[in-house]
Amino acid sequence: MVEKRTSQLAELIEPYAGRPQELIQVLREIQEELGYLPKEAQEEVAQTLGVPLSRVYGVITFYHFFRTSPVGQHTIRLCLGTACYVRGAAQVLQTLQEELGINPGETTVDYKFSLERVACFGCCALSPVMVVDNTVHSRVTPAKAREILSTYQGS
Amino acid sequence: MTRKVAIEIDGQRIEVEQGANLLQVARDNGIDIPGLCYHPRVSVSGACRLCVVRIAGRPSLVPACTAEVVNGMEVIAFDEELDSMRRMLIDLLLSEHNCDCMTCESAGNCELQDLAYRYGLDNRTRRFIAREKVLPNPDLSSPVLNYDPSKCILCGRCVRACDEIQGKGVLSYAYRGLETVVVAGLGEWETSECDGCGECVQLCPTSAILEKLPLRPPRSWEVKKIQTTCSYCGVGCQIEMWVKDNEVVKVRGAEVIPNYGSTCIKGRFGHTYLTKDDRLTTPLVRKNGTLEPATWDEAMAVIKERLLKIKDGHGPDTLAGLASAKCTNEENYLFQKFMRASVGTNNVDHCARLCHASTVAGLAAAFGSGAMTNSIAELEYAKCILVTGSNTTETHPVIASLIKRAVRYNGAKLIVVDPRRIDLVKYAAVWLRQKNGTDVAWMNGMMNVILSEGLADESFIRERTEGFDELKKVVEQYTPEKVEEITTIPAEKLREAARIYATAETSSLVYSMGITQHITGTDNVLSTANLAMITGNIGKASTGVNPLRGQNNVQGACDLGALPNVYSGYQKVADPAVQEKFEQAWGAKLSPKAGLTVVEIMNAAAEGKVKGLIIMGENPMVSDPNLNHVEEALKNLDFLVVSDIFLSETARLADVVLPAASFAETEGTFTNTERRVLLLRKVINAPGEAVPDWQIICKFAEAFGYQMHYENAAQIMDEIARLTPIYGGIHHARLVPDGLQWPCPSDDHPGTVYLHKEKFSRGLGRFHPVDFIPPAELPDEEYPFILSTGRILFHYHTGTMSRRAEALNAFVNEGYAEIHPNDAARLGLKDEGRVKVRTRRGEIETKVKATEKVAEGSVFVPFHFVEAAANRLTNDALDPKAKIPELKVAACQIEKA
Ligand code: SF4
Ligand code: SF4
Ligand code: SF4
Ligand code: FES
Ligand code: FES
Repeated sequence: MVEKRTSQLAELIEPYAGRPQELIQVLREIQEELGYLPKEAQEEVAQTLGVPLSRVYGVITFYHFFRTSPVGQHTIRLCLGTACYVRGAAQVLQTLQEELGINPGETTVDYKFSLERVACFGCCALSPVMVVDNTVHSRVTPAKAREILSTYQGS
Repeated sequence: MTRKVAIEIDGQRIEVEQGANLLQVARDNGIDIPGLCYHPRVSVSGACRLCVVRIAGRPSLVPACTAEVVNGMEVIAFDEELDSMRRMLIDLLLSEHNCDCMTCESAGNCELQDLAYRYGLDNRTRRFIAREKVLPNPDLSSPVLNYDPSKCILCGRCVRACDEIQGKGVLSYAYRGLETVVVAGLGEWETSECDGCGECVQLCPTSAILEKLPLRPPRSWEVKKIQTTCSYCGVGCQIEMWVKDNEVVKVRGAEVIPNYGSTCIKGRFGHTYLTKDDRLTTPLVRKNGTLEPATWDEAMAVIKERLLKIKDGHGPDTLAGLASAKCTNEENYLFQKFMRASVGTNNVDHCARLCHASTVAGLAAAFGSGAMTNSIAELEYAKCILVTGSNTTETHPVIASLIKRAVRYNGAKLIVVDPRRIDLVKYAAVWLRQKNGTDVAWMNGMMNVILSEGLADESFIRERTEGFDELKKVVEQYTPEKVEEITTIPAEKLREAARIYATAETSSLVYSMGITQHITGTDNVLSTANLAMITGNIGKASTGVNPLRGQNNVQGACDLGALPNVYSGYQKVADPAVQEKFEQAWGAKLSPKAGLTVVEIMNAAAEGKVKGLIIMGENPMVSDPNLNHVEEALKNLDFLVVSDIFLSETARLADVVLPAASFAETEGTFTNTERRVLLLRKVINAPGEAVPDWQIICKFAEAFGYQMHYENAAQIMDEIARLTPIYGGIHHARLVPDGLQWPCPSDDHPGTVYLHKEKFSRGLGRFHPVDFIPPAELPDEEYPFILSTGRILFHYHTGTMSRRAEALNAFVNEGYAEIHPNDAARLGLKDEGRVKVRTRRGEIETKVKATEKVAEGSVFVPFHFVEAAANRLTNDALDPKAKIPELKVAACQIEKA
């Protein structure tokens, strides 16, 4: 398994050898393939493209799009756009973080949930908005968020 | 050509060079425009905006650090509006800063604090309320420094310092907006590429990046800051030691020649050995087999009795002395004076024999003078740099950073010729990977290409050299194809390298022990000289033949005559006029017969021909080749006396051990690799009864009934100047601030930046044709691998000092053998597993480091680690001319341990 991934990685990265300007592109492709950017991939990219590790890290942390841990079975996306924020999304985030024990961009140890923050879904009328996989939940409060999480228990 | 122009800042007229940085010009002229992101040693970012000024004719305000000076420029640096803008900007910075100056280590040495004070931004006058920042925790993972994001003003000086000055690029910004921080590697210093040089610490204006020190070290105003010369390598970095209560609490780079603030990890973090409990504090005398503390009087009485007995019974030539490349110029001068004038023998040498004896011999024969021809700073502007047999990044880190800058910013082409994939290969236009010990062949091959393609500098050859026809005859036989057979370097690559070297406007050749430590060491050195002369790359700025000297004062120890055949300044003992001059000056009869070299002394000791040995601060029990033999030799002596700062492996075998002062506890000078004589200052007091070596030597002389009396080291230097033409104008008082580069023949001479300008020291440069001779020991069926040895960044020589420094041990604290992964796999060796390395002379057990740095079939072992001492394995076969042993090639077997 590990070996398979290594060769797959090498195949993805090799075409970009010595081309530091393609850093974002190659990271994007790896994430598409693996769903996230494992540490060894980050190191491999730095080495093959010839850029320092910190530049890879800088790019990954700059764009919320990139993830450094694998995606869980369910992805929770919470909007923290202006409308949602004003209506209490921050408290919802707080609750989710406490319940799941992870920060945005991370995945629970059991790989069940990943948590992400979003700028605006474009449906501010329903704010605060939380989307689990493809299901949209509107007017979410801390209590409602807890309730939603519980419906996934055991699944 | 730079042009002088006149500008005006706030009505003050200033004449400067066109294109100079406006902020720098203002500051140099006492106009203190604030600014936090600017630093003269890194590129301009214009990020902090504090340095904004008005420039007549420009529509908007301009950051002074981004403006270049042009003729007639009129600048307003201070007015009410500018000041209130600056106040606001500082106010904003403070609102995001963890302002706990009360307990901050940097208070008193912080540019932000200074500005807050200057603009009177106290709690009442600040307008911006502190914003709550969600910041990651401080990164405390590095062994040498800490990063605290709450103190970081994101000026970016560290990021640029690591990238631009050091060429490492370890640092970057991560996250964004209010959360932006500086990170190393993948967010953690410990696992990043950081090698602990501390350049980022040096440039950080606040306390965001600071040395890792015990809690609450004394602050800037509590310490004395004393500039001195680093003792860890031949670069001779100027460092500033911060001292309180006889302890060095912190080391910063001094922003002067030759390092301008840069250092490597050793210079900044490696001096903690100074106050270790196991420093020698009293003399030790062997009684009933064990070394026991004694008084100086007792120790000197034993020395006097035993040494005189040997001298009187067997003659002065049964005594020998090893001076030291770690000791000062003054001490080396006195040591050889003592051996020659009061003992009466020329048996004096030191470990330069093991590193650059072939340089001294080879370059003296070719040019007339055996030292780096050009200066360190010139490397940055060379158009081509050929580095061979020098892993510069690890052995001369500050010079390596200059080479990288030459490539990255000044368009230099780098040629690396090395069997190992060293760090510099990353920057190389061409990398030639020769088989170990085939250097004469590839250099002859390059000359063959240069001649056959008409790239030689014919007028230089005609006017400045002799012996070209003989050279030509030999070189003609070394076609690239033939050379490929010998060296495995592809013929086409050799041609490419030859063309680059020969056609660049200025080509500088840099080499080190990969060239010198062979039985053909002198031949190799002669070949480098041939190559430089055939292309006219010598006697000009940014060219030359540049041997990088390893130890801090190995240049000086040679210069001052700690060699068996010359007095100070390479004046030959065999020359009757010289002999007479020294006999008169020293008031003693001197011998015209050259003495024994290091390895010969050991051999003579083993045979009982040398009976007494005086060693000043050297550790042959780790540094010399074929240690098993060295051990036998030292044990066979009638009497061995060693002075050192610790009980070294060699001192353990001595009959008397004398406690010496370290480089920080004495005064004197070191001569760095570019012939620059640099001052050493007394920073702290020596522990217990330890005294400087020059005083120890005076005690020796007294025991021998010879008068030596000096008030201080400066007085010794005055005597040196009187007797040594190349040091003729060198006196301590003249060495502030930049030191002086020899030759410096008179008191009004400014020193010499590069040698052989219009004329070689010997008149004409001499070509020496040399043929390729294979190494003394080649791999065979029984010993199938090629073993090579060398140094690493984190340790120094035999480890007596560096292995007592915690920061250095945190990076590397054990020996290892680099083995190619394919070889490792074939032999069932695991990375980090154990391995036995064996040669015809000895065996060690050590750790495997599987790495493609070494070629298949090769093994590399660093020599600093006594428990896995590389020199148990090395070959003591000698170069017949320079008597340097072949430390770089031996045949070995490896086997899983
Ligand atoms: S870094 Fe400077 S301004 Fe910040 S707390 Fe320390 S002394 Fe004060
Ligand atoms: S210590 Fe040197 S290598 Fe490490 S981050 Fe700072 S500047 Fe870069
Ligand atoms: S760590 Fe220091 S040098 Fe680096 S950005 Fe922060 S304040 Fe500037
Ligand atoms: S702000 Fe949340 S959906 Fe627009
Ligand atoms: S110093 Fe000029 S913008 Fe910062």
